[in-house]
Amino acid sequence: MTVPSSLVFDGVSVAYDTPDGPITALGNVSLTINKGEFVAVVGPSGCGKTTLLKLAAGLLQPTTGRVTLDGQPIGAPGPERGVIFQEYGIFPWLTVEQNIGFGLELSANRVSEAERAEIVERYLDLMGLRDFRKAFPKALSGGMKQRVALARAYAVRPRVLLMDEPFGALDAQTRLAMQDLLLQVLEREGTTGLLITHAVEEALYLASRVVVISARPGRIKAVIDVPFPFPRTHHHLANEEFARLKGELTELVMEEYAAQSRLSLASQS
Amino acid sequence: MSTAPPIDGEAPLRLRRSQPMSPYAKARLANWGLRLLPWLTIVAVWYAIRGFGLVSPGLLPLPQDIAATAWARLLDGELPRHILASTGRVLAGVAIGTAIAIPVGFALGRYATARLTLDPLINFFRALPPIALVPLVIVYLGIGEAAKVFVLSFSAFFAAVIVLYEGIAQMPPIYGHVARTLGANQSEIFRKLVLPYALPHILTALRVALGVTWATLVAAELVAAQAGLGAMIQMAASFFQLDVIYVGIIMIGLTALSMDHALRRLSRRLLSWQERVPS
Ligand SMILES: Nc1ncnc2c1ncn2[C@@H]1O[C@H](COP(=O)(O)OP(=O)(O)OP(=O)(O)O)[C@@H](O)[C@H]1O
Ligand SMILES: [Mg+2]
Repeated sequence: MTVPSSLVFDGVSVAYDTPDGPITALGNVSLTINKGEFVAVVGPSGCGKTTLLKLAAGLLQPTTGRVTLDGQPIGAPGPERGVIFQEYGIFPWLTVEQNIGFGLELSANRVSEAERAEIVERYLDLMGLRDFRKAFPKALSGGMKQRVALARAYAVRPRVLLMDEPFGALDAQTRLAMQDLLLQVLEREGTTGLLITHAVEEALYLASRVVVISARPGRIKAVIDVPFPFPRTHHHLANEEFARLKGELTELVMEEYAAQSRLSLASQS
Repeated sequence: MSTAPPIDGEAPLRLRRSQPMSPYAKARLANWGLRLLPWLTIVAVWYAIRGFGLVSPGLLPLPQDIAATAWARLLDGELPRHILASTGRVLAGVAIGTAIAIPVGFALGRYATARLTLDPLINFFRALPPIALVPLVIVYLGIGEAAKVFVLSFSAFFAAVIVLYEGIAQMPPIYGHVARTLGANQSEIFRKLVLPYALPHILTALRVALGVTWATLVAAELVAAQAGLGAMIQMAASFFQLDVIYVGIIMIGLTALSMDHALRRLSRRLLSWQERVPS
């Protein structure tokens, strides 16, 4: 088992420089994700979810405020924080198995040749990619690429998982399987996590808290505690309380979608 | 490409005639036809020009005369000597030019500072036709082999560097992000990301450099060369041997074409991961 970590956003705002002046993507966000906790973030498109994730990954520095991991400011990316990017980023010049093993070959995650082979084999099975192990990404469907990206991130066993719509390209059945696999990984490794998703149901199923972000500039609009105990199973999805929370959360998200479309209409006129 | 075995008792000849060609073989045949068509057209037009007397015979040797000259020069060793001399210079020029272009192209593609300082310089020299350098090169390097290889390396370098620079600068940042979040350090990013990503651009740079260098060859061989296809053309011109000039031109084309073909095959082998329109 790896050592879990706590991730803290403290009064964070981000303004991007653009030719038309600065764009405030996040405005004063404070959020603490405790060790071993898994938090989901929902909000309308363009509200700054990916920006939040990039801060935690160390790919972006906040304009104001601090982001810390176990009290240490986050300066650069590192293998203890695994990221699954919205656009997968699988390497087209490597085969499926080479992509999965990519992180394990880096000096930062020194694992033995035998251990690497074993991990790659395991994920080829878990992800249902065994028949495609020698295939190049050009021959994969969107959902298969997404599974390669998941396997590649899980393989190095990060203490923190940062996931940007990790199941968006999957069909409904694969999606359920991948969600359960994630729950297993989280439970086994005690991983701390941040999940960005458009699916309210997915957020409630996987996370212990769901954060709703407002339309740009993104602020925390609401935080909902999800009362179901872990380990979770699909029975929770049929639960009455689950349905009520789903309704409440959908309402909150829809308000922000509405606010966002008003915003963009206003900026057009 | 399996075809049905001949059925007992039937005449093989009849069988072959009645059996339709596989679509694959048909497509191949059609491809070859399409490839040959323009060449055959050129030869036909050539004969037509002579046949209709559009040009006086002294100014346009017949294809078979050119072929005969080529054959004779092949046998007496003259043609191979010239081809070898030119090919050697082109290869040396391309090798030296791209060897320098690769690190420079990488630096320009990856680092904004390098771009800022070197970009105007590169564009200035790139705008110069290599031929314009020939008189100066003669002054500084004389008329030996070094002068010719210098001019060829110059043209190869500037052709290659721009392809590499543009190609590497377009590497999507997501690959770097993924690698860094998995723990890659700078040297691993270079070896495992930038190099494989750049390989197609290196191969394209080589192809472009080869093309440009062949184009510069004749100019380089004007620098008082004793051997080389450019020199052969040059000497033939002063004796008004039109057939030899044609042999020289055709040989330059053929040699350049076969080098390009070899590079393309190599690219296909190395870059099977790339998405391409099937050719
Ligand atoms: N590099 C950048 N330069 C300028 N503006 C940016 C940049 N990255 C993001 N933005 C802007 O910041 C805002 C938030 O972007 P972000 O990618 O975080 O949104 P998101 O919530 O992830 O959206 P989606 O759900 O569509 O992925 C958007 O308005 C976007 O246009
Ligand atoms: Mg996003």
